[in-house]
Amino acid sequence: MSAPLIEVQGLVCGYPGREPVLQGLDLTLLPGQKAGLVGPNGSGKTTLLFAIMGLLTPRAGEIRLFGKPMQGPADFAQARLGLGFLFQHADDQLFSPTVLDDVAFGPLNQGLSRQEARKRAEETLDMLGLRDLAQRTPYRLSGGEQKLVALATILAMRPQALILDEPTTGLDVETKARIVTLLNGLDLAVLAVSHEPDFLGRITTSLFSLRQGRLHESRAAAHAHLHVHAEGDLPHSHDD
Amino acid sequence: MPGLDTPLSRGDSLVHRLDPRARLLGFLVFSLPVALVQSQAPALLGLALAALLLLLSRPAPGLFLRRLAAVNLFTAFLWVFVPLSAPGQALFHLGPLAYTREGAALALLLTLKINAAFLAVTALVASIAPPELGCALQALGLPEKLCHLLLMTHRYLFVIQREYQRLFTAARARGFVPRTSGHTYRTFAWLLGMLLVKSWDRAERVHQAMLCRGFTGRFYCLTDLRCRAADVLFVAASLASAAAMVLAERLA
Repeated sequence: MSAPLIEVQGLVCGYPGREPVLQGLDLTLLPGQKAGLVGPNGSGKTTLLFAIMGLLTPRAGEIRLFGKPMQGPADFAQARLGLGFLFQHADDQLFSPTVLDDVAFGPLNQGLSRQEARKRAEETLDMLGLRDLAQRTPYRLSGGEQKLVALATILAMRPQALILDEPTTGLDVETKARIVTLLNGLDLAVLAVSHEPDFLGRITTSLFSLRQGRLHESRAAAHAHLHVHAEGDLPHSHDD
Repeated sequence: MPGLDTPLSRGDSLVHRLDPRARLLGFLVFSLPVALVQSQAPALLGLALAALLLLLSRPAPGLFLRRLAAVNLFTAFLWVFVPLSAPGQALFHLGPLAYTREGAALALLLTLKINAAFLAVTALVASIAPPELGCALQALGLPEKLCHLLLMTHRYLFVIQREYQRLFTAARARGFVPRTSGHTYRTFAWLLGMLLVKSWDRAERVHQAMLCRGFTGRFYCLTDLRCRAADVLFVAASLASAAAMVLAERLA
């Protein structure tokens, strides 16, 4: 089995002046694995994703991305180029004057030339069937269109894993179905957080719940590659 | 929602086809003598040159005239107050106050200069689309932080405005009617405070989202900035106009 993309061990994380929401959480995501995560409001789902992306500094615990221990902002900056993070609210993610500019933003940051970035952005929009939106202002799009464009902006970076924070919030059935089809057509690892187990069931192969600051396997899933240990120190193996 | 559009930047005139960097440089070179000259002849020359540029950039007349009126509302005040306060030969008296010839001349000079600068900025800077403006300023060596401020302010001004309207509508939906009262002042203070907090949070989330896509502090542009012979010629012409204004100042 290949090395994990994401490895989190004993993560303790929270906000100042409050009991930490994550209390020694362990998580492993392997290449190509699709894991879903459910939990009540305030249980720390978004906190976990932000910690993985290096947007929050944990109080304790270790995060390894692509096999490399994350020791500071420079490590995270490098690792982020391979992780596509979809924010809960698409309008936080889209800021450029046109959709095309926004989709090309990531590839340009990755060091692609203008021509390459433009080509990459156009290919990605084509793949998602959003070609007609290229010259529109993201700010003026409908909620569903914004979400699809936000997805395009991270897919254009050709990430190895997608990290999705509530990807279906406020979307209609049709857009949800489009996202399901799209995600299932991609050969990428996925870590998705959602309130909708039904949606998670359609895009992931294993389901976990976040309670009392730790992960619990929700049901006996055939592909339980995302491991949680209530005790944290139990021996485990990824070989079977 | 008005505002996000920059209609003047969407033209196809001779001016629009110039490199944005050339337009900015031309404006800089031209605006310095306009701001500094002390006599009417060079100011008039500046106004004539700016008017020529404006004709070349062919803005939508209605929009341009509305903006011109807004600017000259300000100069109208100059015509009232400057001649009344400047010492000199009286043209006529308003009660105890003298309306002076010297003051009127100064108001005229200011009006000429303000309008010359306004026409030039409309022709040269308003014709640049905001993302291009950011790239061009960055290419001309302006600090990146200032360029970001400019681009992000343009992008989020209207988001904040919409947020404010949403909060205000929600307040009205619960029966709030602005009056001259403590309750009204307190409500507006809370509303503005909430707007500030929300904008701050949003700015943080947007920045985090940008970091996730590998943002390192530098914006890249999809459009190529290309400097052609016409651009060099234009900057040279701007230099010549500036020199002409300086010469006219010396002769005056």
